Amino acid sequence: MSEWQPKILAVLCNWCSYAGADLAGVSRMQYPPNIRVVRVPCSGRVDPLFILKGLQSGYDGVLVSGCHPGDCHYISGNYVARRRFAVLKPLLEFVGIEPDRVQFSWISAGEGERFAEVVSKVTEDIKKIGPAKRLVKGA
Amino acid sequence: MTVKELRETVKSLLTEGKVDLVIGWGKGTMPGTSTPVFIDTAEKADSLIFDSTCRNNLSVYFTKDRRALAKDDKKIGVLVKGCDSRSLVLNITEKQIDREKVTIIGVPCNGVVDMKKVVGKVDGKEILEFTDDSKKVTVKGREFELTFPLDEVISDSCLTCVRRDAVEYDLFIGEAREPGSDENAYAEVEEFEKLDSEERWERMKQEYSACIRCYACRNVCPSCYCNVCFVDQNDPQWIGKSPEITDTMIFHIIRNLHVAGRCVECGACERACPMDIKLLLLNRKVAKEVRDRFGSITGTGLENKPAMADFKEDENQDFIMG
Ligand code: SF4
Ligand code: SF4
Ligand code: FES
Repeated sequence: MSEWQPKILAVLCNWCSYAGADLAGVSRMQYPPNIRVVRVPCSGRVDPLFILKGLQSGYDGVLVSGCHPGDCHYISGNYVARRRFAVLKPLLEFVGIEPDRVQFSWISAGEGERFAEVVSKVTEDIKKIGPAKRLVKGA
Repeated sequence: MTVKELRETVKSLLTEGKVDLVIGWGKGTMPGTSTPVFIDTAEKADSLIFDSTCRNNLSVYFTKDRRALAKDDKKIGVLVKGCDSRSLVLNITEKQIDREKVTIIGVPCNGVVDMKKVVGKVDGKEILEFTDDSKKVTVKGREFELTFPLDEVISDSCLTCVRRDAVEYDLFIGEAREPGSDENAYAEVEEFEKLDSEERWERMKQEYSACIRCYACRNVCPSCYCNVCFVDQNDPQWIGKSPEITDTMIFHIIRNLHVAGRCVECGACERACPMDIKLLLLNRKVAKEVRDRFGSITGTGLENKPAMADFKEDENQDFIMG
């Protein structure tokens, strides 16, 4: 039987991480095909509900990525987002969501290689913990 | 503080024209309860009380659909315990209340009584009379009378409270005590953190599956004042209405995030819950993160920005992938 493949939601900011994904693509870098990308204007646009909805509706993991601190197209969007995630992540872990299920990263437009690495790492992590069971609708 | 002092103070504020209205507590219809009262003449001040039954956080009268109260030209006075004063401070820093227009009157709090605990003390017998002297509680019923320390029946939220007296006030009735140390305030959270992930999820499921989604916890909260709450939005519908644990948990996770850095841990939500869900565990977890990560304690300083609306460039980001 072939190995179980997780479905991963990747929420990427338009100006950095999405462009990083694009660079990885045009440079023909190999990375796991497990992610489904949603493009948002800025990591500051990411409402925690996006992440929870993702887990509820069948994604096994969520990756959120934005510009490095100091590089946000809207100056401070990622700083505010960082505070939000800094509370969300421990809260999710507290209620019993596995730590690796939801991950955050900063990837710039020039970091195609890093994008490929991050996606590989997240995919590996989620393969290790297995399919999402908690918070899933109808589970 | 004596009730007499309280009433006299409010009377003179009214007669000297310093305020037009004072919001406080009066005796409730049932033993062990109180009710909000609105005092606009000196005579009415005689109905004011303050004791361990004064649970209501009266700051809610300045937010939600009552915002107008704080915006019109009336000068309003309000009686506050420690947690209530923090709600006011939060609402002032969020520009919901104009500091100039409200006269904050602090009263010394020794914890508010949790009637469920009192009823437990008398094995569920009917209580006909309730009195407290700030240290002891006495209850009377048919053929019984019992006295016990107040500390044994105060709300869980009061057990770890280190700011019992107002952090911001114009006048204080009696003497305001300095805040204590919050070193051990989150012991319960730390205990829960020690459990493994699976166990935590099982406990959450157990606790929250009782939730009937009445939203009383939201309605009573002085920090919840959005005109349209995400749970009432249906286009798009962000949150499922089913009683399935996933919908319920998402409601509670988001509710907690919406009051992150804004919750004053007053316990009003927990007391309002008809299903006795231990809501404060999550609120406290968030408050602990906000304190430890951002060095912020909600509603303790008029000059502080609410934590989630603020940031520092070089902040701890240990949770971001390296
Ligand atoms: S969430 Fe609960 S404890 Fe926190 S401020 Fe609102 S009512 Fe009070
Ligand atoms: S008050 Fe209790 S039962 Fe009602 S929505 Fe809140 S947690 Fe659920
Ligand atoms: S634009 Fe990329 S994080 Fe704000």
